[in-house]
Amino acid sequence: MTSLTLFYTGLYYFAAIVLIAGVAYRIAEYSGTPAPLKIPTTPAPTTHAGVLLRMAREVVLFESLFKSNKWIWVFGWMFHIGLALVLLRHVRYFQEPLWFVVEFIQPYGKYASFAMVAGLLGLWARRFLVDRVRYISTPSDHLMLALLLGIGVSGMMTTFVSHTDIVALKAFALGLVTFDWHPVPSDGPLLVHLTLVALLMIIFPVSKLLHAPGIFFSPTRNQADNPRETRHIAPWAAAAERK
Amino acid sequence: MAGPEFEVPKLTEYTDVPKIMEGAMAHSKSFPAPQASQTSLGYPWQLTDDWHDRAINRMGELLGKYRSLRVFMDACVHCGACTDKCHYFLGTADPKNMPVARQDLMRKVYRRYFTLPGKVVPWLVGAEDLTKEILDDWYNYYHQCSECRRCSVYCPYGIDTAEITMAGREILNTVGMGQKYSSEIIAKVFKIGNNLGLPGPALEDTLLGLEEDIEADTGVAVKMPLDVKGAEILLVTPSADFFSEPHVESLIGYAKVFHAAGASWTLSTHASEAGNFGLFNGNYETMKKVAMRIRDAALELGVKRIIVGECGHAWRVAYSFWNTLTGIGYGGNDPFSIELQKQLDPRFPQPMHICEYTWDLIQKGQLKFDKSLNDDRVITFHDSCNVARGSRMGDEPGGQFTIPRNIIKAVANHYHDMAAETIGEATFCCGGGAGILTDDLLEVRVKGALPRMNAFNNVVQNNGVNFLALICAICKAQFTKVVPYYGFDRSMVGGVHQLVSTAIKLD
Repeated sequence: MTSLTLFYTGLYYFAAIVLIAGVAYRIAEYSGTPAPLKIPTTPAPTTHAGVLLRMAREVVLFESLFKSNKWIWVFGWMFHIGLALVLLRHVRYFQEPLWFVVEFIQPYGKYASFAMVAGLLGLWARRFLVDRVRYISTPSDHLMLALLLGIGVSGMMTTFVSHTDIVALKAFALGLVTFDWHPVPSDGPLLVHLTLVALLMIIFPVSKLLHAPGIFFSPTRNQADNPRETRHIAPWAAAAERK
Repeated sequence: MAGPEFEVPKLTEYTDVPKIMEGAMAHSKSFPAPQASQTSLGYPWQLTDDWHDRAINRMGELLGKYRSLRVFMDACVHCGACTDKCHYFLGTADPKNMPVARQDLMRKVYRRYFTLPGKVVPWLVGAEDLTKEILDDWYNYYHQCSECRRCSVYCPYGIDTAEITMAGREILNTVGMGQKYSSEIIAKVFKIGNNLGLPGPALEDTLLGLEEDIEADTGVAVKMPLDVKGAEILLVTPSADFFSEPHVESLIGYAKVFHAAGASWTLSTHASEAGNFGLFNGNYETMKKVAMRIRDAALELGVKRIIVGECGHAWRVAYSFWNTLTGIGYGGNDPFSIELQKQLDPRFPQPMHICEYTWDLIQKGQLKFDKSLNDDRVITFHDSCNVARGSRMGDEPGGQFTIPRNIIKAVANHYHDMAAETIGEATFCCGGGAGILTDDLLEVRVKGALPRMNAFNNVVQNNGVNFLALICAICKAQFTKVVPYYGFDRSMVGGVHQLVSTAIKLD
């Protein structure tokens, strides 16, 4: 095994452990913190099924963002839906035989990267062009966009510019999952792509990317509007009441 | 004491999003809370020597107790969706009044002390050490937020700046930086039982006077019972209803509705305040202590129903929190809840809003009106923020919007809504909510009212509207004070039950 392969194999195990353990820790933290009061933003669904529907609209369609600002919605939605398709397409590197959904989206997933990159460019442009957004942007906001763009562009290059040896890449990726390690293909764009993706995985649990798990725990969105019918009380408040 | 001079914004057809002006409201400073009230609330009244550690410790405690705060600190991506949604930003152009920037005042401290990147590379993620200057910024800008939750409607993650403002004020109180207005009001409730500090005998006198006025006016002996044991209904209303104009007109309206319905009802000297400023300062225990007066009065008087008068934040606390805090509601299976539940009449929701009560009677045909008595009025309705985005009326989501409008249309002939993007869940706050309703924050109040005043002005100009109907004591007080700055007459401001009172037929 070359030192290059050793490095990337090690990097991906490290990144995967950080990502999974880190996000699991955050989810445990969020779910372990009680919501002492009923604070859904009303009008809100009155039933649990209604809450699931509201959450689905929020996660899939970005309903609140749509109400708020059409530009951010267009760019944000393009980026996320593009990313979702691209990610789904990437499943092909980790399984054999392929799941039919992965097979089906292959042609779309390839071009979804354009939507993804276009969305990112739109979002980044707003950080310079809109004075309010410029004011709130921190260096990490810019770097996060740069990182995602780097991932998108380097990934597109492996497909559209200098073709990566896809058979060898799949052997490497599948090898990671099955602990049967294979050499990593050594072309430039691919190595840049792999490095940036690993970096994203590592910073995920300590960055604003936590909005992804966070939304499911947002009390203004995940609570049913039924405070007169059910008594909602946090464990710490109930303990104080018994004293 | 007069505040500094300031320029009243010009009314425009639409509320334009201003270019940011850094520091535009940095001079705004609410009066600090004095020793007496802070002591009775259990807070220091001067900045403590260990303010830094106290603040960080308190923040850590709140992060562990409130999922909202914990998630909201992490989830923001600085997308900017909220930046043009706050009435205080729209009215002042100060970028720290953009919801995300208001949150970031706390988030930068959170990141520094509670996150890994903030500890290691603070400059990268905008993390900062807590300094006295940051606390001063908190004090300024957490008292330029009315906790109206408009931003939470538009945030893709539902981040509610109100939760952060509440936590910020609680931390400020913990280190001895309380606000005079809210602190003194809560102290008055603890000591006397209501926000105005109106003692029982004075309340009794006031009610007797009002009964005489109504009888002189209508020839009908409408009663305002007080502390009647065994009454069916306990009415809990903001204490402003007992004495402020135009609030008292709505109190007369409720009394007439109860009279016309033949209801057995009572007010209570012990529970003579529906308002609960504990909400504004983010202290669960304070909020509970204030709300417990209502439970205690309900048990003492043996009432079967609890109805809440026209007050926005009171209705949010009553509807959303009373069951949690005091067991007023259903579904509790602990002894504390059951004690009260077995006394309450299960045919009705508990608590009930006075508008739900009146609308129910109207639908049953139990109230008769002469709508022409309101013909001199062309009415519009302002959705109060806490009712609109923090509660509900009726059985369906959105009943808080339809029920008050249905009542108005049942008692008056001329009604026009303001622009759709300024009502319903998108409603603009009056500018005086959550402890801002004080003269030392007059500039904040006047400028914060701009988006609502623009929308109001449009229906005044285009539809001849001359009456702004409200169901909130703070809205009533705020608009009465603020509309003259925009060239309107304060008599244009009134309550929904004031309209009911005008048109209702009594016998």
